[in-house]
Amino acid sequence: MADLSCKIAGIDSLNPFWLASAPPTDKKYNVVRAFEAGWGGVVWKTLGIDPPVVNVSSRYGAHHDQNRRLLGINNIELISDRPLATNLQEIRECRKEYPDHVIIGSMMAPIEERAWKDLAQQIAESGVHGLELNLGCPHGMCERGMGSAIGQVPEMVEQVTRWVKDAVDIPVFTKLTPNITNILWSAEAALKGGADAVSLINTVNSIVSVDIDNMVPEPVVDGKGTHGGYCGSAVKPIALNMVAEIARTPETRDLEISGIGGITTWKDAVEFMALGSNAVQVCTAAMIYGFRVVDDLIDGMSQWMDDKGYTSVEQFTRAAVPQVSDWNELNMNFDTKAVINPDNCIECGRCHIACEDTSHQAITMTDKPEGGRLFEVVDEECVGCNLCYHICPVPDCITMEPVKTDKPPMTWPEHPLNPMRVAAE
Amino acid sequence: MTTLQAKQASKSGAVHGGAGHNDADDGFSDLHPAYSELQAMAESNRCLYCYDAPCVTACPTSIDIPSFIRKISTGNPDGAAKTILSANIMGGTCARACPTEVLCEEACVRNVAEDTAVEIGSLQRYAVDHLMERDLPHPFKRAPKTGKTIAVVGAGPAGLSCAHRAAMLGHDVVVFESKPKPGGLNEYGLAAYKMTNDFAQREVEFLLGIGGIEIEYNKALGKDINLADLKAKYDAVFVGVGLGSTNDLGLKGEDFPGVDDAITFIEKLRQTEPKSDMPVGNNVIVIGGGNTAIDAAVQAKRLGAEEVTLVYRRGAENMSATEFEQDLAKTNGVIVRYWAKPVAIKANGKLMGMEFEKTELDANGKLVGTGETFEVRADQILKAIGQKIKTDDLAGMEITGGKIVVDESYQTTAPGVFAGGDCIKSGEDLTVQSVEDGKQAAIAIDAFLKSA
Repeated sequence: MADLSCKIAGIDSLNPFWLASAPPTDKKYNVVRAFEAGWGGVVWKTLGIDPPVVNVSSRYGAHHDQNRRLLGINNIELISDRPLATNLQEIRECRKEYPDHVIIGSMMAPIEERAWKDLAQQIAESGVHGLELNLGCPHGMCERGMGSAIGQVPEMVEQVTRWVKDAVDIPVFTKLTPNITNILWSAEAALKGGADAVSLINTVNSIVSVDIDNMVPEPVVDGKGTHGGYCGSAVKPIALNMVAEIARTPETRDLEISGIGGITTWKDAVEFMALGSNAVQVCTAAMIYGFRVVDDLIDGMSQWMDDKGYTSVEQFTRAAVPQVSDWNELNMNFDTKAVINPDNCIECGRCHIACEDTSHQAITMTDKPEGGRLFEVVDEECVGCNLCYHICPVPDCITMEPVKTDKPPMTWPEHPLNPMRVAAE
Repeated sequence: MTTLQAKQASKSGAVHGGAGHNDADDGFSDLHPAYSELQAMAESNRCLYCYDAPCVTACPTSIDIPSFIRKISTGNPDGAAKTILSANIMGGTCARACPTEVLCEEACVRNVAEDTAVEIGSLQRYAVDHLMERDLPHPFKRAPKTGKTIAVVGAGPAGLSCAHRAAMLGHDVVVFESKPKPGGLNEYGLAAYKMTNDFAQREVEFLLGIGGIEIEYNKALGKDINLADLKAKYDAVFVGVGLGSTNDLGLKGEDFPGVDDAITFIEKLRQTEPKSDMPVGNNVIVIGGGNTAIDAAVQAKRLGAEEVTLVYRRGAENMSATEFEQDLAKTNGVIVRYWAKPVAIKANGKLMGMEFEKTELDANGKLVGTGETFEVRADQILKAIGQKIKTDDLAGMEITGGKIVVDESYQTTAPGVFAGGDCIKSGEDLTVQSVEDGKQAAIAIDAFLKSA
């Protein structure tokens, strides 16, 4: 079994799987269960200044597929609603009982220097390995000038990070909100403020569904609903892009990254790490299935590493980053065509109708003399868009095969049809 | 057979008639229990929503199966039911009685990679039941009245399907039915465990909700009414009389008490409540290899017969009963004997049994007796060796090979007289085919009346 231990912001972890700051890490009982299940660390649910907040009932909305599988949860729960001292005492106990597991203290405060520094110091004294600055919650707390209200202003991100870095001597993770126009602005601000790492993404601002019998957004609190924070596998693509942008941009690429956003399987985790995450945080998958999901996260990643010959996670961390490019750097002379393997085809006709109605009319449907239907790609019409490949219900029935070409690579800036063409050197 | 079906079949088979009087205990509860909402959600999501789907082609009524299943999956079961009923107004019965394993479900693409079709029949039943259980207005509207009136002979699947479509197209319809209740074989012929809770009658009531259809009961063709009068009085006539007569074994003693047609036995059983009041022999022989033979054998067993022996003159692969039905017989404890033909009815004041001769195929592939015989004890013999048309009521129409001859628009050789269902040549003894015949004949009659 491959070695899954990793290091992020100078902190050693048994494995790259931490539970994110959220309801599952609200108290010792849950955290103990998580450590027993195999999680390498937890980011404790965000702590604020007493008196504790008061939460509403109900708190979660859901985006289901038609088979009632949860694709995403939308959450309007606020930060920890228990007294600070209670949380800190439980953190101390967990640190003592589980010395090999990582505990990061998540925190938030109003935009005042003293408030951030005092709270940071109190939490640091409980023995946490590091602090995570919650600058992301898009619901409730932002109406009080906290969470995303700070995270959406790069100057404030930098300021808060610096206050905390000045106040404590443990690693500081600045947690970024995706509810902005450009993630690089916040990431650069965190770097300038001295952050040891950034954690992203926090939840996406959202209305997840509407109760159409009563005409109220969900979750419903006594006849009203509000926007909340969206998480779960549905947000993974948004998070992956933001992680990759930070990892590949010269101004921000030195930041270590704790990747968050819909990680559900070991493969999701590998993808986050390949695009720049040094470790990952998981929440929704555990909320849906329980802490036991970590078993396959560990086992699946390890099996895959063995198959690929990786002996440590560092060997594939950021491995995909060099291949992330701007559209303008793509080779316009590359061509790929769909190929349908008739032996695997179950004749559902989905590739045909998708291509016929919505794409390039490149898949024909004809009756076979022996009965049944034959689906064939018209190479002259196929632009290699991948639609049929993605919608085909049978794995490996449709493949995309690159077309052999003698043409040298050519980008759009070099392309003869580009009116803004840059003359070749 | 799914696990659920197998469980139900074995459970029902273990319980004999007379053990209890309620529907759940008497061995005649639902063969395929209705889907729960959860089952419908899970199964509907297995459908791949194929384009130009093979299941639609395999359905005699061409129900748009992928569309109705998608509607179930999106939480629109009543919309799903309308999609079904627009193609097949008896979609409820077909969902229960169709041999789906040789129709839509056989064509399902899920068979190719996974060997397990989407359970289209159960999903269809879920949708239609959902709609019928709500007190909604009839889902289809009639076209403006044409002023034409059509006579339909027979209130079975073909006749009622024709009546409904004709009413939809704006014609008024009078249906003449020889029996005291409507539904034809849905009411009198299908096995009781396929049509629980008086479904045939509920479906007819639903169908009549379109309006413009009257039914006159106890009006038999050739006795109470005749074709010439109907032709004179109505603008068009549709004949959907089914097969009113049965084939004989041609053996001495066939009229002996205890020797019955399986179809008569099932008809009587269907009309008996509670089922435990239905008399059945201790040792029952059923002759035949079709679904009616299986229905009779299984129901005899469930009524409490000690031993039921089904005898078929050829092999299992030659039986017209589907594999599912054959399995049903076996899981219900029916003894099946292949390659034997009845040669004598044994009676000694009372019915004693039957003598059979073993059969085989000769060098030319012809079925011949081997000369070797055996006897099976019986106090009841049920014949299920096919039905035939009662020709004497059908004067004026050409009949060939025991079936009414129709052209491609379902018109018989008598102008203005159309026919469909089991009584015509295309008839496959399937409810769903009869429904299609009735529907298409109504469309043809409409064209005929408009061109007249």
